[in-house]
Amino acid sequence: MSLAASITVRRDGFTLDVELTAEPGEVVALLGPNGAGKTTTLRALAGLLQLDAGEITLDGVRLDPLPPEQRRIGVVFQDYLLFPHLSALDNVAFGPRCRRVPRAEARQNAQKWLDRVGLADHVRKKPRQLSGGQAQRVALARALASEPRMLLLDEPLAALDARTRLDTRAQLRGHLAAFPGATVLVTHDPLDALMLADRLVIIEDGRVVQTGDAATITAEPRTDYVARLVGLNLYHGRADGTTVTLPDGFTLITASASSASAVFVAFPPSAVSLYPSRPDGSPRNTWPATVMSVSRQGGSLRIELGGALPVAADVTPAAAVHLGLEPGREVWASVKATEVRAYQA
Amino acid sequence: MVCLVLGVPLAWVLARLEFPGRRFVRALVTVPLVLPPVVGGVALLLVFGRRGLVGEWLDQTFGVSLPFTTTGVVVAEAFVAMPFLVIAVEGALRGADARYEEAAATLGATRWTAFRRVTLPLIAPGIAAGAVLCWARALGEFGATITFAGNFPGRTQTMPLAVYLALEQDVDAAIVLSLILLVVSVGILAALRDKWVAA
Repeated sequence: MSLAASITVRRDGFTLDVELTAEPGEVVALLGPNGAGKTTTLRALAGLLQLDAGEITLDGVRLDPLPPEQRRIGVVFQDYLLFPHLSALDNVAFGPRCRRVPRAEARQNAQKWLDRVGLADHVRKKPRQLSGGQAQRVALARALASEPRMLLLDEPLAALDARTRLDTRAQLRGHLAAFPGATVLVTHDPLDALMLADRLVIIEDGRVVQTGDAATITAEPRTDYVARLVGLNLYHGRADGTTVTLPDGFTLITASASSASAVFVAFPPSAVSLYPSRPDGSPRNTWPATVMSVSRQGGSLRIELGGALPVAADVTPAAAVHLGLEPGREVWASVKATEVRAYQA
Repeated sequence: MVCLVLGVPLAWVLARLEFPGRRFVRALVTVPLVLPPVVGGVALLLVFGRRGLVGEWLDQTFGVSLPFTTTGVVVAEAFVAMPFLVIAVEGALRGADARYEEAAATLGATRWTAFRRVTLPLIAPGIAAGAVLCWARALGEFGATITFAGNFPGRTQTMPLAVYLALEQDVDAAIVLSLILLVVSVGILAALRDKWVAA
């Protein structure tokens, strides 16, 4: 059940223009900052929003002229939208009942789905008696019980606390793997995207800026947003052999020559070394810098540096004390050529 | 009952659909709230009277005449009391999250099914409150009824009309009738007050 969608939606001052494909059984994550158009894309796929242009095809059938109730697309909404006046069981049975499945059969089926998500003991409860994680699982069971051809999830884990999130994410992963149709998942959390999805589609400002599997995205980000998500320093420049010239004239040396002329260069903050004075010896990429800010990042400290090349560096707390790193301090930064990766822009 | 059948769909239309002239329709629906009931009665007479705009056509095609009949009483009271229901239900509908209807649609529910199985239960307290208000207003209705339907004992005489008549002939009977009316009203309002406040 493969999806091919080309979606254009215009709003005041905002245009969403997205191409999207998904294969049967594939989980595609739409990742992007708030207001990028992820949820709008999902609503357009579900039929809750009219397209201004484009088309949506699922298994060769045009979906965009159909109203949402005829599309057979399961949606798990961000705040789940469980019907507050119905029990968990009747919530899950709602979809089949709308398709004229007899009441007893629909309930039996709903019971089966609730068993499957591990909520066999909570069938009689009303949504307000369920915890966040339980409500999320009921919402998933409700979407799956109507046997959708495609599954859409809008920030499925955003409303959960950190601990529940961990468990629910693992369970969700299992359920998505068992679902035969295509799944499109919206999230702003890179961890959710990396853990749950086979393929990532990065949306910024209403456009797709990068697609690829987790390995590609984390190794070769193409925008500042993605670079920040995966924790890399990213620059855009022109390459000539092993020398990359950035727009402001700064040059970085890479270990291997690039064949393309327009390139991205990326390196992790941990590859940046800081010295109190100009270092001697091998590192060729060396420049004076000023400490802008210091923050905690896991077990090390993240230093934001200003100067000729704005860069983030990770140092150990001991090194930070030794160097006396505080905002305004002048240091020398260097990064080894072997750590700098250049790839075609 | 007439108010429920007419009023709930009307409120849904006013709350959920965008259409040109919605403000005008809403104004028209609520105008009996501010209109003196007697004026409402006169308006009804002009429209549904034997020589009225609609009345004349009704009379000629179906031989039906509304003024001064029991049906006339119902029409008059519905006219005056319905705004209370429409306003209460429209408010409840606006308060209810329209996204539940969207969730229902993605599960395969048509608009009508979504309204019946999701929205209606969600706004039930609002409808109950509106119906009580509406009924209370209709019970006390005087002006429009006497103008449009007259005051014929057993046919178009309502309790307030009976009280008014009795006051001129037999004050004791008027007091008894008033007391009955008072007790019934207070009883029902007290029983339903919780729902009313909750909505």
